[in-house]
Amino acid sequence: MSLWKKLLCLGRRKSPWLFHMNSGSCNGCDIELIAALTPRYDAEQLGVKLEPSPRHADIICVSGPVTHTAVGALKTVYGQVPNPKAVVAIGSCPASTNVFIDSRVLAGPLDKHIPVDVYVPGCPPRPDAILQGVAKAAQILAEHAEAKNLAGVNVTHAQQASGTAEVKA
Amino acid sequence: MNLSTILSRFLVFPGLLFAVPAAWFYLWVERKAMARMQQRIGPPFMQPFFDFLKLMGKEVPARPGFSGFLMRTWPIFSVAAAAGACGLLPVIQSGAGFNGDLILLLSLLEVPSMFLIAAGFSSRSLWGQIGSVREATMNVAYNIVFLMAVIGIAVSQQTFSLQALAQSHGSMLRWVAVLAILVCLPAKLHMNPFSLTNAEQEIYAGPTTEYVGAELAMFELAHGLEWVAATGLVAVLMAPMIANPFAAAAVFVAFSLLVVLVLTGIAAGTARLAIDSSVRFYGQCAVILIVIGVSSALLMRIKL
Repeated sequence: MSLWKKLLCLGRRKSPWLFHMNSGSCNGCDIELIAALTPRYDAEQLGVKLEPSPRHADIICVSGPVTHTAVGALKTVYGQVPNPKAVVAIGSCPASTNVFIDSRVLAGPLDKHIPVDVYVPGCPPRPDAILQGVAKAAQILAEHAEAKNLAGVNVTHAQQASGTAEVKA
Repeated sequence: MNLSTILSRFLVFPGLLFAVPAAWFYLWVERKAMARMQQRIGPPFMQPFFDFLKLMGKEVPARPGFSGFLMRTWPIFSVAAAAGACGLLPVIQSGAGFNGDLILLLSLLEVPSMFLIAAGFSSRSLWGQIGSVREATMNVAYNIVFLMAVIGIAVSQQTFSLQALAQSHGSMLRWVAVLAILVCLPAKLHMNPFSLTNAEQEIYAGPTTEYVGAELAMFELAHGLEWVAATGLVAVLMAPMIANPFAAAAVFVAFSLLVVLVLTGIAAGTARLAIDSSVRFYGQCAVILIVIGVSSALLMRIKL
């Protein structure tokens, strides 16, 4: 691996910029994502920044069970984020549509529409679990940036429930 | 003044070789100080450098046509202009200045802001255009105060040479003018309470909404270089001139960092003002400083 590639990997791992996409969420996960940025959890230690424009982002954080109206916006935003990019599904809704399963307004789950790299289960997940998911997505970006189809990674319920999930910077 | 002095000023100190790491360092100090003021730990030391690296490795979509060419060009010219402004600062007594370099410095300081306005319009994004309009309005509002403050200093010392201004001893008038410049810097650097140009979340990212990867990295770098040049101007006007070049450089950096911390403190303690309040602030409040500054400068000349 050349020096430039190594530096690039380091940069990708250390500087994940997020774009938050709500696809019909109840706001529970959105509040937890914001909590992850507040002084108590302080995501900026990992270089995380919540970016206002999808053009600036590396990681799309999707919350919500993906309603029919959200599908178009979701695909647009996924296309607007420049490569290399990763998708983090926040909460149980984008992973399985959760309690809304079989609802006629839903087009979910999320991975029917865009490839998902990291699932952070929970209803809502804890902020430290979200941070761990983002850190894993950044790791995936650093290691497999060139690969097209990225393998899924799970933040397990056990790690999440313990509340002491290790986030490796 | 010979070619090697000029080249060393523009390429080594306080030009590119110093200014680029300094830009990242100042950006880090700003983010870290902001985090500490909000009782957070804040980003690691190399964070702006990592951001730059990562952005350089992002894929830029194909942009055909002339507007695509412009979108690739603005960020590079912004960096060049801001780096040139850094190179003009008379930190070390080298005799490389010329009469009128103050005017060149002021115009180079304006260029990144002008190109940001142009960048927002050439991206054809609605949010970019709103951000550009805001930036243009703010530019007119704060530049009256900013330019008049600098003119006040120049008139009182009867010179447009930066070296002569830096060597002349400060009077009460100098402090009034420096205060007026400090009041303008948050608007120039898009900090709170005058951050409505890139009002994040409100109009997405303002003029840079459509900019991707390397272009965005260049805009970030130009922003950092603007920090170095703008705080450096204040440092040059405030700091005493020292003959030893290393001591002079250290004093310059210390004064610049002081200005960075003051501006960060103001940003952390304030919320974003609306456009009409911002313009009114400069047009009705900050202008008082300028009336005092310029009129006393003119009176001093009559007395002389």
